[in-house]
Amino acid sequence: MASAFSATKFTQPLPLNTSTSRSHGKQSVFDPLKSSTSFLGSTRKLRFTSFPKLNQPNSHRPSLVVAVSEAVKEKKLKSTSNLLITKEEGLELYEDMVLGRAFEDMCAQMYYRGKMFGFVHLYNGQEAVSTGFIKLLKKEDYVVSTYRDHVHALSKGVPARAVMSELFGKTTGCCRGQGGSMHMFSKEHNLLGGFAFIGEGIPVATGAAFTSKYKREVLKEGDSEDVTLAFFGDGTCNNGQFFECLNLAALWKLPIVFVVENNLWAIGMSHLRATSDPEIWKKGPAFGMPGVHVDGMDVLKVREVAKAAIGRARRGEGPTLVECETYRFRGHSLADPDELRDPAEKAHYAARDPIISLKKYIIEKSLASEAELKVIEKKIDEVVEDAVEFANESPLPPRSQLLENVFADPKGFGIGPDGRYRCEDPKFTEGTAHV
Amino acid sequence: MMVREALNSALDEEMSADPKVLLMGEEVGEYQGAYKISKGLLEKYGPERVLDTPITEAGFTGIGVGAAFYGLKPIVEFMTFNFSMQAIDHIINSAAKTSYMSAGQISVPIVFRGPNGAAAGVGAQHSQCYASWYASCPGLKVLAPYSSEDARGLLKAAIRDPDPVVFLENELLYGESFPVSAEVLDSSFCLPIGKAKIEREGKDVTITAFSKMVGYALKAAEILAKDGISAEIINLRSIRPLDRPAINASVRKTNRLVTVEEGFPQHGVGAEICASIIEDSFGYLDAPVERITGADVPMPYAANLERMALPQVDDIVRAARRACYRSVPMAAAQSY
Repeated sequence: MASAFSATKFTQPLPLNTSTSRSHGKQSVFDPLKSSTSFLGSTRKLRFTSFPKLNQPNSHRPSLVVAVSEAVKEKKLKSTSNLLITKEEGLELYEDMVLGRAFEDMCAQMYYRGKMFGFVHLYNGQEAVSTGFIKLLKKEDYVVSTYRDHVHALSKGVPARAVMSELFGKTTGCCRGQGGSMHMFSKEHNLLGGFAFIGEGIPVATGAAFTSKYKREVLKEGDSEDVTLAFFGDGTCNNGQFFECLNLAALWKLPIVFVVENNLWAIGMSHLRATSDPEIWKKGPAFGMPGVHVDGMDVLKVREVAKAAIGRARRGEGPTLVECETYRFRGHSLADPDELRDPAEKAHYAARDPIISLKKYIIEKSLASEAELKVIEKKIDEVVEDAVEFANESPLPPRSQLLENVFADPKGFGIGPDGRYRCEDPKFTEGTAHV
Repeated sequence: MMVREALNSALDEEMSADPKVLLMGEEVGEYQGAYKISKGLLEKYGPERVLDTPITEAGFTGIGVGAAFYGLKPIVEFMTFNFSMQAIDHIINSAAKTSYMSAGQISVPIVFRGPNGAAAGVGAQHSQCYASWYASCPGLKVLAPYSSEDARGLLKAAIRDPDPVVFLENELLYGESFPVSAEVLDSSFCLPIGKAKIEREGKDVTITAFSKMVGYALKAAEILAKDGISAEIINLRSIRPLDRPAINASVRKTNRLVTVEEGFPQHGVGAEICASIIEDSFGYLDAPVERITGADVPMPYAANLERMALPQVDDIVRAARRACYRSVPMAAAQSY
């Protein structure tokens, strides 16, 4: 396993032994408690099908679609062509990834010109994960992200203009300039953030999944469950909240997919230095859900796994943990000098640029011509330029916005000296919020 | 000397003087510190004493506290104090209360340090000031340095202290340089915990501040001096224990008080100082106490809103003038 990661940081071999037997042995323990409603646990035994081979020397090989439903495997056998996508799908995926890349590159430029500030974390190199998963979702499905959330927002449908304005701190941004780069929210597109703390989004995502299940089973709305995707990194997988949510999601069979964007680095901390067992997918079966490892630089492979996992959740079969091995081409943030990563490692992953790989696939399988792809690239350039122009010309938030949105019910600001609620005074937002 | 170097040298000297002192936190080793405060320490002291941790605040804070129970002297670094909220159970329940609960059998000589308060454009979850939260808890000592002298002296004192100390630095001060005397550079230099410093003497109004706001208060004092108002600036240095005698003595001299802090207004440090003055020096006040604090809103991201949400030098000047009865109506009527 050492060859898959930057060898310099890795001093001893992993114990590649007992996970299969351990989880099979524990199968009975994971039978959820019997209860009268199907909501808080069912009497169905969890199914564990095959696990990926553990002694493969090269972990880049995707362990594709492992312990998930049989239906997908059947479908694959039935399909007569060996194409994984249609032309429309291919172009859609390509456009989304190019948008993500072009947008992030523009962010870097704008940051160095002083148009954006604070902490900006770019997603270059990881586009296959966002596109591969989010493009399979309906509008009602939820996405919860981390501070590296620009591209998740774009894939989910938040307009580039709204994201760029938010980054510039303008009032036309998706959060009116109040959130910033790390806190993208959109109720319309069901993008639930945007969280600065590692691991913070996972319980929130688990809660969103809880809501969809509750709505369907208790409130009897809708006929299939809205799925939630929780995106987070390798560093998060050592945080307590992650494990607590894996347990709860499996216990209550919540419609959620935990997507680990394992880019091997948490700022300057190598995943191997921080984790006792670096194979994150294994943590799924330990909690009673399938764990899958996939090559996160290949959007088609990610998409296949995503289909299976999202399908599982939508049918009410419960959560899945998907570990996407990916890489960020830039530093942790625009302020990170990125001195600790080995250039050979960077080159290795740069050679597997997901956009270039998809382009190659599309052209080789004659799904579209080079010219058609160029049209898309040009269109995206225009979209991004337009977004920058829009953001530039948008106004800064007015002073009166400072005190807005603190509460849903602004009576929370209390009663003023004249005995009336402060928020009823029209001049209230002009002050500096006297307590 | 830059504040960053001051902190680095303090850590270095204390680690070399006592092998029980160790540093743990995210990126403190190979990355040389998220803000380069622990630069060079991994090379000098090795990975057993400078520990890069995974991202598990609750875990490594708890481990630090447990180590302190058994006689080691850990320094736990939080990348910002916002992240200490993931570990606050250990800071309060395991560290602060243990000496009391064990009737003195177990003391916890641990230091929790890291940047506190607002930086520039980092949004609501990275900008909160925790001074008043931690200072309200018995069993903790809470320090907030301003200059390089404060940083060195207070950090060394904190590391040598047998009790849990919360050491609130400020990211924007790390790069600021201050003149230091030879005494400060000496390796045995230590500042006493619980004593404030009079940064500038004055006779018309007392302005208390800590951390970055001391710099703003000093600038305000310059502006006020042109108006003939002589402001006395107190650098609190220690939030818990608060140097109440020093503040009271100053107010008894000037008869007016303005408290300045970056954090949220309700239940803030200024509220405590105000209460203390009213209890002890009520008769000496010639004007109501003015509190300058951050706005009562989560920190907005937009640059102009962020400026409005934090105290600026003008706000301090205006408040001081109001306390001295030099015109100026309340802020609500100001046009911007």
